[in-house]
Amino acid sequence: MRGMFAVLRKELTIFVSSPIFYAALFIFLLLTGYFFYSTVVGYSLVSLQASSNPYLVERLNISDMFLKPFFADIAVILLLMLPLISMRTYAEEKKTGTIELLFTYPISDAAVLAGKFAATVIILIIMLAGTVPPLLLLAPIAKLEWGLVLSGYLGLVLMGASFLALGVFASSITENQIVAAVISFGLLLLFWVLAWGSRLAGPLMQEVIKQISVVGHLESFVEGLVDTRDLIFYLLFSFFWLFLTLRFLHSRFWRG
Amino acid sequence: MIAAENLGKAYGLKTAIQDVSFFIGKGEIVGLLGPNGAGKTTVLRILTCYMQPGSGIARVDGLRCSDESIQVRKRIGFLPENVPLYTEMTVESFLAFSGSVKGLKGQGLKEEIQRVILACGLADHGRRLIKYLSKGLKQRVGLAQALINSPPILILDEPTTGLDPAQIIEVRNLIRDLGRERTVLLSTHILPEVSQICNRVIIMNQGRVVAEDSPKNLTDRLQKGLRTLISVNGPSLEVKARLGSVPGVSRIVETDREGEFVIESEEGEAIRPSMARTIVESGWDLRELKASELSLEEVFMQLVTEEGKEING
Repeated sequence: MRGMFAVLRKELTIFVSSPIFYAALFIFLLLTGYFFYSTVVGYSLVSLQASSNPYLVERLNISDMFLKPFFADIAVILLLMLPLISMRTYAEEKKTGTIELLFTYPISDAAVLAGKFAATVIILIIMLAGTVPPLLLLAPIAKLEWGLVLSGYLGLVLMGASFLALGVFASSITENQIVAAVISFGLLLLFWVLAWGSRLAGPLMQEVIKQISVVGHLESFVEGLVDTRDLIFYLLFSFFWLFLTLRFLHSRFWRG
Repeated sequence: MIAAENLGKAYGLKTAIQDVSFFIGKGEIVGLLGPNGAGKTTVLRILTCYMQPGSGIARVDGLRCSDESIQVRKRIGFLPENVPLYTEMTVESFLAFSGSVKGLKGQGLKEEIQRVILACGLADHGRRLIKYLSKGLKQRVGLAQALINSPPILILDEPTTGLDPAQIIEVRNLIRDLGRERTVLLSTHILPEVSQICNRVIIMNQGRVVAEDSPKNLTDRLQKGLRTLISVNGPSLEVKARLGSVPGVSRIVETDREGEFVIESEEGEAIRPSMARTIVESGWDLRELKASELSLEEVFMQLVTEEGKEING
């Protein structure tokens, strides 16, 4: 993996000098900010109504009524945003020809891929870190379950990383960034909505579909539960796409 | 240092190169010459481990490109065609990236960056973004990244394309200086470049090596007998017939200018006096008579067209 950190540093340098990064970060924070505001306002309205009804007060729970919807909203925004982060990884280099430099430097394809993927994950973490300050603002006036917050973020990072892995693959098969973004967004959406149609399938297919639905595996994390099955699902999902990327990059040897 | 043995490569059904073999010794500056689409870039891409040959073996410093790719790449500084660079980076940060990928770090990396920046005349541009540099400076940055960590072999794909004449001369001088202590293989379709910088030329056409020698030997070898340029004031048909009857003349070609002929002969200079006599005796005026040499350009055209005829015929 020699040279991986050099690639990682280069990727981040180029990322922070590109307008895509700032546009995506701005829109992401704007949207998460809006969702934060609307869920908090919604929750405080319900609490106000519940103050006269002891039965309702007992059922009020900030984790269920604020944190879970908030994380679910972030997951949707990530689905929209992450293809924009991963689209340039290989497509841009192919378009400008710099891929030729990268492939003739003394560094393995795997190290280049690891550096590029790690850079996109760091961007994801930076984006998610931007959603933490609002939670900290809320902390003095509400009793947040920090364990659940942590596991929720862990889930989001894992899910986001698997989105990025798929996006990096899409980027490696084309030299057009828009095409890369369309492919990754389309595939992610497919994996997302698969679960909705599962009721039409037979019992076995239903289970299969449930298992490969990317969003289904986030649920336990948002519940505050780090389930190894879900953890492994996201890791495998990422490895699968990264492996495909590596195979595809390798095909240049015989395709020419 | 570099050996190609029967290299072949096809893109789909189209054969890019076929049976390409050559050897380049240590310290040579070799030009790979050929028209566009002759397969030069494919050969360079195979030698730099960007792709693998469909058949044959490529070796660099005794190592097989297909098996010991990383080791081979460590020994090569490569400047790809059209000089792709990370234009959003500054010259220094880009060179820092190249250097650290090539295994340099810390103080050694810093010193090496300064060394190549000086060697390539980029001293005043280290902190500028590459995208704001002129084409000539970008070319220098491309050379600088190839030079970092002092690889013993430099492979340059059309290093002077798109530069203005002054920049071309600068880059050529730079390459010649670099070639003093390194093996250099450069591809080009610009002929004077080869005669100016290279000790040896490999001419490619339609995916094959058609000739390989020093620029001087090539011109000598293809100079089929000596050629004489002659300019006469007289009816061209008659002149042509009369000169053709001079013993020793093997071919007469009329040039675009009126009354001008190129005469090829096996005996060379010996026939010139008899040609002059023939013209004067016929009552025409002899305007000019001089030896004409084949330029490398003509050699190239001759090789390329002959090969073309053979393949097509």
